[in-house]
Amino acid sequence: MFKKFSKEDIHSRSKVKSSIQRTLKSKLVSQYPQLEEVIDELIPKKSQIELIKCEDKIQLYTVDGEVYFFQKFDELIPSLKFVHKFPQAYPTIQVDRGAIKFVLSGANIMCPGLTSVGGKLPDAPGFEKDSFVIINAENKENALAIGKLMMSTEEIKSINKGHGVEMIHHLGDPLWDFNLD
Amino acid sequence: MLQEVVYCGICSYPPEYCEFSGKLKRCKVWLSENDTELYAKLYGNEIDEEVANAANKLGSSSIGEAREEKLEKDLLRLQAKQENREQRELAKKLSSKVVIKREARTKRKFIVAISGLEVFEIDMKKLAKTFASKFATGCSVSKNAEKKDEIVIQGDVLEEVEKYIHSLLEEKGLKNVKLEIIDSQKKKKKPTDEANSNNNNNNNNK
Ligand SMILES: [Zn+2]
Repeated sequence: MFKKFSKEDIHSRSKVKSSIQRTLKSKLVSQYPQLEEVIDELIPKKSQIELIKCEDKIQLYTVDGEVYFFQKFDELIPSLKFVHKFPQAYPTIQVDRGAIKFVLSGANIMCPGLTSVGGKLPDAPGFEKDSFVIINAENKENALAIGKLMMSTEEIKSINKGHGVEMIHHLGDPLWDFNLD
Repeated sequence: MLQEVVYCGICSYPPEYCEFSGKLKRCKVWLSENDTELYAKLYGNEIDEEVANAANKLGSSSIGEAREEKLEKDLLRLQAKQENREQRELAKKLSSKVVIKREARTKRKFIVAISGLEVFEIDMKKLAKTFASKFATGCSVSKNAEKKDEIVIQGDVLEEVEKYIHSLLEEKGLKNVKLEIIDSQKKKKKPTDEANSNNNNNNNNK
């Protein structure tokens, strides 16, 4: 999603009004209920969220120049740096060690990288197709990517070939390096 | 409650992913100086010799020095890239060929056409002028059937042109470029000449 992203793709910047700011925070909490206990720590009341509208209808929400989450359609998607602060709140899957270098190069994730011994998928019923998931890696603590399921996690297990997760955002991509200031 | 993740000062990844950054050596130096605890966790307590050496070399490793090193590395990479490109271009030149063709206009009049020069960065118009004065004849650049530039010389100057092109390519260090001579209607020559001439076409019947 951010493979070719650059500052030239920015259309406009604006400060988010505090009422909207509250709406955004509660929307995040409704999407990821476990964020409730930390949301005011993650985004303190006095912080100023900025909305950055970009090419391709992508909207970034930043605090102090750093992207906290973004949005293309309705759903708010956290940035990796935001995830790292409180990773337990998000649906997570895991790739095996062999898949790491492909993930870091921005490739979609192949099913076998998730179903092998080093990979991890949730037990049934699992996550639905098209949902956003955080991607961890074998023997690593921190997430390395965020993807969108191209099939449900149960289908990934049963089909076990081809692309299972569309790459959205990964360590080292332009969004990761993005900083306004 | 919130977790504070350390990000590598060199590659920006969480240090556990430095091994995939392609900068591991420098990442390790950075981590050994900035977070010994995490360093020990990831790489063990022993700070390996290489890292120690590199750390010494960097001195106190100010940001400036690290940046300088990065700059140097980038420069080297750039240089390698350029060299690669130059090599590719040379290979392309060496694998292409120049065609010199003689055609009869009338029974006794010939033209010589040279094509395939465009890859060698030769100014065709200039060369045409040189030929015109050298051979005291008409010479022009025109497009051939393949829509490529071609130098056309009025007159029977095949051998001379061949020699000239040879030396021109040699000057450019491209001596091994193939020269293809097409002689559609070989001029009648004395048999002695024939034996010595190394033109590759149909040898005339004596
Ligand atoms: Zn690193």
